[in-house]
Amino acid sequence: MPTAFLALIRKDLRLFLADPRAVMMSVVAPIAIASFFGYIFGGGAGNGDNSRIPVLLSDLDQSALSREIVNRMASDPALDVKPSAPAEAQEAVRKGKATAAFVIPRNFGPDAVRAFLAGGPKPQLQMMFDPSHGAETRMLQGMLMAAVMQAAGKRMSGGRELTAPFEVQSEAVTSKRGDAYNGYAHAFGGMGIQFLLMVGVEVGVGLLLRRQQGVWKRMRAAPLSKAMLLGSRVASSAITSMGTLIILFGFARVVFGVRIQGSMAGFIGVCLGFSLMTAAFGLLIASLGKTPEATRGVAILATLMMVMLGGAWVPSFIFPRWLQTLTVIIPTRWAMDGLDAVTWRGLGFSAVALPIALLFGCALLFAAVAVTRFRWEAD
Amino acid sequence: MLEVSGLRKSYGEVAAVAGVSFRAGKGETIGLLGPNGAGKTTTVSMIAGLVRPDAGEVRIAGRALRGDTDPAKRSMGLVPQDIGLYEEMSARENLHLFGALYGMEGAQLKLAMDEALDLVGLKDRSREPVKGFSGGMKRRLNLAAAVLHGPDLLLLDEPTVGVDPQSRNAIFENLEALKKRGKTLLYTTHYMEEAERLCDRLVIIDHGKIIADDTLQALNRMVPARNLLTVEFEDGAGNVPRAQDVAQLPGVESAEVQGASARIAVRNLAEDSAGILQWLVQQGYRVQHLSSERASLETVFLTLTGRSLRD
Repeated sequence: MPTAFLALIRKDLRLFLADPRAVMMSVVAPIAIASFFGYIFGGGAGNGDNSRIPVLLSDLDQSALSREIVNRMASDPALDVKPSAPAEAQEAVRKGKATAAFVIPRNFGPDAVRAFLAGGPKPQLQMMFDPSHGAETRMLQGMLMAAVMQAAGKRMSGGRELTAPFEVQSEAVTSKRGDAYNGYAHAFGGMGIQFLLMVGVEVGVGLLLRRQQGVWKRMRAAPLSKAMLLGSRVASSAITSMGTLIILFGFARVVFGVRIQGSMAGFIGVCLGFSLMTAAFGLLIASLGKTPEATRGVAILATLMMVMLGGAWVPSFIFPRWLQTLTVIIPTRWAMDGLDAVTWRGLGFSAVALPIALLFGCALLFAAVAVTRFRWEAD
Repeated sequence: MLEVSGLRKSYGEVAAVAGVSFRAGKGETIGLLGPNGAGKTTTVSMIAGLVRPDAGEVRIAGRALRGDTDPAKRSMGLVPQDIGLYEEMSARENLHLFGALYGMEGAQLKLAMDEALDLVGLKDRSREPVKGFSGGMKRRLNLAAAVLHGPDLLLLDEPTVGVDPQSRNAIFENLEALKKRGKTLLYTTHYMEEAERLCDRLVIIDHGKIIADDTLQALNRMVPARNLLTVEFEDGAGNVPRAQDVAQLPGVESAEVQGASARIAVRNLAEDSAGILQWLVQQGYRVQHLSSERASLETVFLTLTGRSLRD
């Protein structure tokens, strides 16, 4: 009965739009949080000034060699080098204001030359670091080593610059050469997924609440099948979810330059698959839950786990290898990988065909369990 | 029109409905009367297809009701006890939705909406959101949503709960209009006045079982003391008749004297009261106050179950 089906969908959309503040929040909140995460994770131009590593240097030697080392470190665009006394430098690292501090001791220059040429005792170059920045500390050690070797080599070769016997040609492998990685693409996908799952939770809890009301009795008294009653709810929820994703990515396109650099059909497929999956997830919640109050808490916990393990907060490539393997069973991971693939990675439809199929399959599975398990009798 | 046979429903160990059977003919108004928790709503829910019975059958116009999409459900309209409306939507939007659930659309739906709104007197407020309506208006719209698709049988589950007397009266007028149109009404209530005013026949239910099923007149005849005449006498020794003397009078079924008052059960208040009064005066008893009490469903219920309808 298409008349009834369409009327039920129209009713759900009408009720959704009846609360402009709720509609605004369902769009504004993910935009605000995604903007924040996108900015933190590199923004649209890779690493800006704000992401330079703060380093303090205490040059107690003040020799030509030590000054050369300081200059080389300071000229590195990845570092924000400032001079400091050793005690203040240590305090700054302790307070987290600097990632690391280096102290070049007195007589470092002569001692280093002697150690290099005659095999004398090596001078100690002190490094103090913030243990919460493990990866950056190892990088800084390498950069310091390179600066010292280049400065010492130049002095010992009569002013000729010693350089490495090779050059590294680095390229960000994104959709196409020259396109920078846009951190907002992942952030908007991730936040979209999180908020749509929350909408799914509300769909489920809303159904449990409706079951306690007279409208539910009226619906059940009409000659409508269970599949139509639940199917219309899935359809209306999927429409609002799809609309939300389109608005989110539209905003990201206009404000942060996020583009669908891969398959547009793939993008639509991932969004549609996820929208259906999240709507069916809502029904699943309603079918397994008993009271709205108890169900909401459990459902939110399950949602946050799915969001976290699906890589919506931080990309899954940051996870340990075992966790990356384990999380392939999480539907949100398929959605995130799919959205990453068609946005900044610029991949074609074939790259997202499997995630799309899995999302649709998951939606069908959830819906089937929901129809079977749903308690139809009014409370 | 409606035939209910052997309906049973238990929730765990509790039998909410324990073998309910009754019939409602075309155009008849049946009152399903009982105190809270008697099994009225569960019975109506099973008839409407909301609750699956453990046993028994519901037949509408001779056809057994089977499954969610049974076309026979079109013959029924349900007025749920809770308001079954979307508060954020207007009256017209609500009716449009509920009409569409029965496959109505276009001009047919518009006409039905206008008629339903006319019936309940809400046509001029039809474009306003329901959340702005008074309790009585919501109840009337609740009724309109149930009659919209033109059902022959209306299931009314306590449709006047929580409304003011004026709105209750308006709903009653609506129901009387529907009755005149030949609709069959199954009216669930624990208000005896409502049942007395509206119903042709009463089905009294208690603890999930039917304890009486008859017309109001027949039910009244089931009660030993149908009408009561209470006479209070002026104080003074010898100014109170003996109960056995009063009991001998024509039309008196029983008499009880306590202090300075006598409670006299009579067959017919209008016919028998005059003779009793005349006898009292002739005997020299000085009557200070006289009151009469007609037998009511409350009395009937009390007699049948030993407890009040509103327990």
